[in-house]
Amino acid sequence: MTDRQASPLLKVRDLNAWYGEGHALHGVSLDVMRGETVTLLGRNGVGKTTTLRAIMGIIRKRKGVIEFGGRDLMHTPLHRTAHAGLGFVPEERGIFSTLTVEENLILPPVVSDGGMSIAEIFDLFPNLKERRNSSGTKLSGGEQQMLAIARMLRTGVKLLLLDEPTEGLAPVIVERIGEVLATLKARGMTILLVEQNFRFASRIADRFYLMEHGRITVDFPVGELEERMAVLHEVIGV
Amino acid sequence: MTMIFGIPIQALLGQLLVGLINGSFYAMLSLGLAIIFGLLRVINFAHGAQYMLGAFVGYLLLAYLGIGYWPALILAPLIVGVTGMIIERLALSRLYNVDPLYGLLFTFGLALVIEGAFRYFYGVSGQVYTPPSQLTGGTNLGFMFLPNYRGWVVVASLFICLGTWLLIEKTKLGAYLRAATENPTLVQAFGVNVPLLLTLTYGIGSALAGLAGIMAAPVYQVSPLMGSNLIIVVFAVVVVGGMGSILGAIVTGYMLGLAEGLTKVFYPEASNIVIFVIMAIVLLVRPAGLFGRDA
Repeated sequence: MTDRQASPLLKVRDLNAWYGEGHALHGVSLDVMRGETVTLLGRNGVGKTTTLRAIMGIIRKRKGVIEFGGRDLMHTPLHRTAHAGLGFVPEERGIFSTLTVEENLILPPVVSDGGMSIAEIFDLFPNLKERRNSSGTKLSGGEQQMLAIARMLRTGVKLLLLDEPTEGLAPVIVERIGEVLATLKARGMTILLVEQNFRFASRIADRFYLMEHGRITVDFPVGELEERMAVLHEVIGV
Repeated sequence: MTMIFGIPIQALLGQLLVGLINGSFYAMLSLGLAIIFGLLRVINFAHGAQYMLGAFVGYLLLAYLGIGYWPALILAPLIVGVTGMIIERLALSRLYNVDPLYGLLFTFGLALVIEGAFRYFYGVSGQVYTPPSQLTGGTNLGFMFLPNYRGWVVVASLFICLGTWLLIEKTKLGAYLRAATENPTLVQAFGVNVPLLLTLTYGIGSALAGLAGIMAAPVYQVSPLMGSNLIIVVFAVVVVGGMGSILGAIVTGYMLGLAEGLTKVFYPEASNIVIFVIMAIVLLVRPAGLFGRDA
């Protein structure tokens, strides 16, 4: 809970969201400070992905407050949200099969200065450089996840919304993604992460939020993870 | 006289040329339909009317303003394209979130209105549009006589198809189009103005129909029903090529034009239905079309 006095980069208050008639979020409030990595934990179906999608503006049926760098995002059209500085890496990765790896990489428009150059990105992800001319979906699952993260780094976004980046990947790839996120964090990137894998999350997260039934129920720093482990296992069931 | 399978070679080549010219129009029209369907998921029944509109814009520019073929070749697609964008913005864009049938019904109704209006003012008889002086006359190829304008249509349509294909496969705008065809929401979340992209795409597709129309004006007569006569065949081309496949639309357009020409030589009675027979066979064997991805 460092710097709680300073204004958060992302501020969410009493966020409600609906899928059609289904009320999925019941008043989510959270803060992400500049440079911080925050992880949302919770069982499947409690609203973690919905929270990310509602913040990004993909879900339009929403109520409450979403501010980014002090700027209101509730009335920002979807195609302007990225320009405010938010980068979204979806759970299904969203790699385009009709685009090459390189086309996938340069697809998202640059929204502000401070993004990485293609050369820097290829240094961080040498596999992508080798396979730059392959179709995006010919990559392995791990490589697709790398590409999904990599393409956000060029754009100069200030906050990454990462939805389960390690899901279904081999331990050695998870390790690699952990290194990449640590590198990004060291460069000052702010990250809001949805993750089931505590071990992975505990290495990079500064704070955790636990979600249950469309609400945030617990908020604790990484230092308390060990003592809360038993409770978390019970609530999340992993 | 040289004969092939008991057919004079002149007759064969002549019909192949007619087939190639028809195929050029099939290719340009199905290309526009494929682009629109790919991104908007709208089956653009107004495509034939937009083709007719292109021809009429050319005819009216000449008749009332004295503007000839070459400027019309730019102006007609531009006018039809801009009209298309206005229609997309005002009406079509409101139908994306409802059943795709509404888009189909809307464009079908639009085609009836446009064609009906032109029929009211110009009747059903065709207006003559003479080719530009640079392209009148013909060239003796030794084995046959080729009207210059028809040669121009074949060459120009090849360049138009190639240019459109390159635009989609090799440019940044094309990458946005392809990506938005796969996952529009994500592309929009990346900061691309997808609603604008949809408007632009409908404009480009309409402009292609308008361009085909002005190019067709000197070949066929300019008449309010010229589009509705052609559009059914063009839909068959799109289905054979695979809905939404750009390359499929182009290749199938030329192929079916040639197939139609060949049928006229060997079994003229079947020439009006051969494309539909091919369509039925392709649907039986490969329901996704020759170039389509299995959904």
